[in-house]
Amino acid sequence: MPHVTYISPDGTETTLEARDGDSVMEIAVKNGVKGIVAECGGACSCATCHVYVDDAFIAAAGEVSDLEDDMLDGAESERLPVSRLSCQIKMCAELDGLKVRIAPKQ
Amino acid sequence: MKEKILIIGAGQAGMQIASSLRDEGYAGDVTIVGEEAYAPYQRPPLSKAYLAGDMDEESLEFRNEHFYVENNIGVVTGDKIVHVEFGPAGGLATGGSGKSYEFDKLALTTGADPRKLKVEGADLDGVLYMRHLDDAKELKKRWDSIDNLVVLGGGFIGLEVAAVAQKAGKNVTVLQSGSRLMSRAVSPIVSDFYKAAHEKRGTTVHLNAQVSHLVGDRGKVTGVQLADGTLVPADIVMVGIGVTARGELADQLALEMEDGVIVVNEFAETSNSNVVAAGDAVILPHPLGHEGTVRLESVQNAVDQAKVAAQTLMGIREPYRAVPWFWSDQADLKLQIAGLSSGYDQTVIRGDRAADKFSVLYYKNGSLLAIDAVNDVSDYMAVRRALNAGANIPADAAADSSTPLKTLITGGEA
Repeated sequence: MPHVTYISPDGTETTLEARDGDSVMEIAVKNGVKGIVAECGGACSCATCHVYVDDAFIAAAGEVSDLEDDMLDGAESERLPVSRLSCQIKMCAELDGLKVRIAPKQ
Repeated sequence: MKEKILIIGAGQAGMQIASSLRDEGYAGDVTIVGEEAYAPYQRPPLSKAYLAGDMDEESLEFRNEHFYVENNIGVVTGDKIVHVEFGPAGGLATGGSGKSYEFDKLALTTGADPRKLKVEGADLDGVLYMRHLDDAKELKKRWDSIDNLVVLGGGFIGLEVAAVAQKAGKNVTVLQSGSRLMSRAVSPIVSDFYKAAHEKRGTTVHLNAQVSHLVGDRGKVTGVQLADGTLVPADIVMVGIGVTARGELADQLALEMEDGVIVVNEFAETSNSNVVAAGDAVILPHPLGHEGTVRLESVQNAVDQAKVAAQTLMGIREPYRAVPWFWSDQADLKLQIAGLSSGYDQTVIRGDRAADKFSVLYYKNGSLLAIDAVNDVSDYMAVRRALNAGANIPADAAADSSTPLKTLITGGEA
């Protein structure tokens, strides 16, 4: 099963195991990783699961949809080229070892 | 002895209070008791992604078992609290199981139940509701055998289920007793758009439909008889006609209530300072400090009010201030609402309704109150930001759809 590592704004690292197909948001929230709020539960409606994806994985994380693109524009923390909404990244074998930095403000 | 907090109701608000108590460093005992058989789970997907098969039961869970153990949060499922009191020895709640739960402080997150249909035939087999996971499971179990689905009620839940069913190729009829859809949530402009949008996709929508009774055969529903003589055939009747707050335990504690709804102040405190309440079961002061009280049946309110309630339980006084927001996914239409439009005296329509992408901004005395956005996330986010900052977006400038709203935000702390 693929693993994903979360780096919290305070620098804490948490590595978790994922089910294939689970979103990066879902894994964090279920395990109580702080900083990912995800109020809408993954409906791409709230922009409170903003993460910065490690450069090495940005291609494997997939395309940003128009909807996600617009949501990211309104996110609380600065938008960077590696910004994603973690509810829109689904775990798979290619993403094993993925690292994401949690945006400081959600 | 360690202080004990009991949370009655294992929904979004209950889970959030427990989680926030630990986030804030609360060291006492925390127990959540819920009457459903499941640990706290998300309700919004029940009528959307879960029903459509895009999300499974495990994905609905808010937290995994490990989280509750790690954070020392007790979760009791399948026990309905039937009695609660503050006695000489402290608080005591008793479950239907016979088990009792002691507490020093109490959080009521009892939520709401679907309003029951009260016409002849309402107890026929095949008359379903959509509130709990078991409701959604029941509908899914029967899904393949449904040709004709009748949805009673033209609110969010009913229309979401209608859209999923329509997409799955079923004949869907929505019967709305009022004169427009989602009348509590959106303005007539948006209601009219949604009626046309559902019809365009193949759903039949009857407004002002007066249900006379339900028709059945051998105990199973077969149709809905309208007062005007129309008989709408139905294999399943899905009732979504609103909810009633679960206030019976608050009643036992003689808390201040308004029409069966628990009254709280801006600290999520009830009339008993050892009892907080949050979520769908409460009526609260306007969350942006405007006049009057509101009921907010939404995820946002459950979460934000629960955070305040957790602080109040710990003696931290932070008043509840939050921009309400809501969403509803129906077919390929994403409706997002920020703010409360009630009392508006002016609207500005942006975008293109024919292209299924537009927004409606609501103003009172020139001040921005709210937005209803359909497939228009950038307008929605701009208004949310403006309202969060206490800022405005002048109506005359907003009327030009080609100018992004985020460039028009003025004043406030933004």
